[in-house]
Amino acid sequence: MCAAGLVAILFAAGCGSSSSSNRNTDMAQSVGKGEGQLDLIAWQYYVGNPWKTDFEKQTGCQVNVKVAGTSDEMVQLMRTGQYDGVSASGNASARLVEAGDVSPVNVNLVPNYKTIFPDLKDQPYNTFDGTHYGIPHGRGANILMWNTDAVKPAPKSWDVILDPKKAAQYKGKISAYDDPIYIADAAVYLKAHQPDLGIDNPYELTEDQFNAAVDLLKQQRPNVGEYWSNALKQISAFANGDDEVGTTWQYQYFVLRDKGEPVAASPASQGFVPKEGATGWSDTWMISSSAAHPNCMYKWMNFIVSPKANAEVAQVFGEAPAQSKACEPNTLTAAAKADGYPVNPKFCDEYHAGDPSFWKRVYYWQTPLADCGNGSSDCMDYNDWVSAWTEIKG
Amino acid sequence: MEAADALASRPRRSAGRRLADLFHGRPGLQVGSLLSGPVAWLVVGYLGSLAVLLAAAFWNVSALTGEVSQTFSLDNFKTLVTEPVYRTIAWRTIRVASLVTITDALLAFPIAFYMAKVASPRARSALVVAVLMPLWSFYLVKVYAWRTILSAGGALNWALEPLGINGPGYGTTAVWLVMSYLWLPYMIIPIYAGLERIPDSLLSASEDLGASPFTTFRRVILPLAFPAVVAGSIFTFSLTMGDYITPTLVSNNQFIGNVVFNNITNNLPLASAFACVPIIVMIIYLLVARRLGAFEHL
Amino acid sequence: MRLSTRSKLLLRLAVGVGLAFIYIPLIVIAIYAFNSSTLLEWPPPGLTTAWFPKAVEDSSVRDAFLTSMKVGLVATTIALFLGTLASLAVARHRFFGRETVSFLVILPIALPGIVTGVALSDTFTQVLGVSLSLLTVIIGHATFCIVVVYNNVIARLRRSAPSIDEASADLGADPWQTFRYVTLPAMRTALVAGALLAFALSFDEIIVTLFTIGAGQETLPIWIFNNLFRPNQVPIVNAVAVIVVLLSILPVYLAHRLTREEEGVAGARAGGPSIAEATATP
Repeated sequence: MCAAGLVAILFAAGCGSSSSSNRNTDMAQSVGKGEGQLDLIAWQYYVGNPWKTDFEKQTGCQVNVKVAGTSDEMVQLMRTGQYDGVSASGNASARLVEAGDVSPVNVNLVPNYKTIFPDLKDQPYNTFDGTHYGIPHGRGANILMWNTDAVKPAPKSWDVILDPKKAAQYKGKISAYDDPIYIADAAVYLKAHQPDLGIDNPYELTEDQFNAAVDLLKQQRPNVGEYWSNALKQISAFANGDDEVGTTWQYQYFVLRDKGEPVAASPASQGFVPKEGATGWSDTWMISSSAAHPNCMYKWMNFIVSPKANAEVAQVFGEAPAQSKACEPNTLTAAAKADGYPVNPKFCDEYHAGDPSFWKRVYYWQTPLADCGNGSSDCMDYNDWVSAWTEIKG
Repeated sequence: MEAADALASRPRRSAGRRLADLFHGRPGLQVGSLLSGPVAWLVVGYLGSLAVLLAAAFWNVSALTGEVSQTFSLDNFKTLVTEPVYRTIAWRTIRVASLVTITDALLAFPIAFYMAKVASPRARSALVVAVLMPLWSFYLVKVYAWRTILSAGGALNWALEPLGINGPGYGTTAVWLVMSYLWLPYMIIPIYAGLERIPDSLLSASEDLGASPFTTFRRVILPLAFPAVVAGSIFTFSLTMGDYITPTLVSNNQFIGNVVFNNITNNLPLASAFACVPIIVMIIYLLVARRLGAFEHL
Repeated sequence: MRLSTRSKLLLRLAVGVGLAFIYIPLIVIAIYAFNSSTLLEWPPPGLTTAWFPKAVEDSSVRDAFLTSMKVGLVATTIALFLGTLASLAVARHRFFGRETVSFLVILPIALPGIVTGVALSDTFTQVLGVSLSLLTVIIGHATFCIVVVYNNVIARLRRSAPSIDEASADLGADPWQTFRYVTLPAMRTALVAGALLAFALSFDEIIVTLFTIGAGQETLPIWIFNNLFRPNQVPIVNAVAVIVVLLSILPVYLAHRLTREEEGVAGARAGGPSIAEATATP
């Protein structure tokens, strides 16, 4: 009986949602002394050495990091209110702001923000209603990579993996990203190849546009060798011959190339992405509205976009740094040496860090919402994307 | 009574004795104090947590904020029933779990029988160690090893090359292979223990009565060992039902665990609702297994 | 039992096939631990022993190993305590709900790990408002380890007659003395076997741990999880696995010998081997 009663109490207690009792969505006005600790949620490799140790030495804030594999995980972790900050991609940031899980960021308290590349500032994934909600970390595009021994001629378009007839040539050897957000890649393709669908923003899709994209991916499904959700899976798949062509991040491409594997990606003459453009991601450090260590978080946000740290993490992860000064040759060299990587003075060029024209053809990940952004609200929301993805994979 | 009086009239009684007296003749108190810890832990803690999770199955979630709105609804269950993909995934998982169980039973029985009835004590010790050692080599490492073995340029295709055939590659077959591999020790050990418990005299008696080894096997050993096989099957079945890591690493097809995992962060109500499937299946399985006497052989 | 030569041969063949099936992937793991490339190709382009010293010197490996040991020991202790209590209650008394206890105890391990993990995680963070930490991991592990201890102890208790305990009481011992000098020693092998298996379960557990562990903490399986996705770390991971397997040979063998020796007292063949029974539940 007691047991049943206790269960009932727990049940009732369970009806309460997150521990959001100490939320503060005001913007900080000053940064005080560090609290000695910092709890972060981040993508793999975003918080690592040597820059993590440098930060801890400089500020005395001991960093604990929870690595998350997907944006969904990050959103859920932030909801618990137990972390100070997160490196959010565009398909997480809007949800965090709406739920009140993050506070606006006072960019005046982040001196290194001034020299961030201008085309990263005031973007729809980090600025909401004119208010800044985070500090840009870095960005990358989802590029097309192929095995030069197996895929000839060199593809210039995503049709090699998305057009049903062409993709069938590489049946069982196609590599696709294992996340509902990949539906946007199909939408980018259809934007160019079926203009009468009227797709503009690949994340704001009406039901017809959405169904077309989903059908395209269902037709791709029998040809897919593997859906990848982490870099090593894809790297080993290409190295072992399991996959021969697919969508990837610059990181995997450079790892495989540097190991002597016969891979290639869209060259400079094509603007580095296939002719339709590509999806991509731009990550932002955001501060939790229940941050227990806000001062340390502000110190981190300033530190991670300081030239040396940003250059270090960009080279380890394989992305374009957000900090323009990170691309100065001396900084790049020092960072590469600190990372223990070979010095590559062309790093920023290869990753198009300061090349806005490249990013115009890149559609950064953002959260699909019912609000189509043009007055109507009948676009498919993220729940629809997730359900559709379950159906696509089967 | 005299003994009790004699005890009661003793001048000094330690606290221990006094406490023992308190419990004496009060079986309810004895059982209660023995069980209070485990019951509190399991019923209040574990079942309570499960109840909290499963309650969410009846709720809805907002797509934008991800906030769970706690209005009772059966939408999630409706979705699971009407959308065919969930039925496909559930059926696939149950099918593979059954195949893995049968495969492991077939692989485990000879090994367990050899260990229990045929091997010399030295060989038996060696075999016990040999069967238990893989349990220490970490689940993830084993699955990754299988991933490389099954890959297009992997060890399996490399070994089959002279025969001109290819391995199964990734897919549901790969999941069946890997899971049969992973859970095999959990099937060998209960069967071994069960066979060990069959006295040799019983087998000799069967022989003396004129039964061939095969008949002895069929009519004496198998029935006696069956509960042990069921006991082992509880684990091969349940571990397969819930796994999501192996399907992710060696196949593109989704299993129940994958759907639950993919929906936890975004749509916990749907994940909870789908989680009811393996829970209900396992509860039924456990009840049947208990009826078959497996619980004595765990 | 007498088997024809042909049957014996077939049996040996089946055993050989089974053992080969078990060990070939382990050999592959060992080979990759010596792989000079980090790309997991087959066959490996070259061999090197460099990963083993790297694995041993890596501080994150050592930390994760210690964390796993800590979690394992505490979880096993809790499981020993709770499992023994429950089995004593069920084996030696009759009460309402007796049948249910064995069912209840096996649930945490029979239900999918992801269900247990999410349920516990949500309860900790949402209902109780506590942050995830090693303590929450320990609680999770102890929960599914209880059944292992329970099964072993209750099997032993069922085989030993209550008359021994009664005799002890007749001789004037109070219940605590009886427990300490009579019941407990008789259960010793069951406890050791149960503890060993509970520890092994906790040591290799990944799914529940993933959901209940806090920021910055790593058990060894979590360390493997984090590092298997880093191309340069893969051979080190394989080296770590090889080291742990080799390290495990001794304790497993010792536990086997320890439980076998005690079998002489409890009743040879009919009694069955404790370590094997102990390891009957994963």
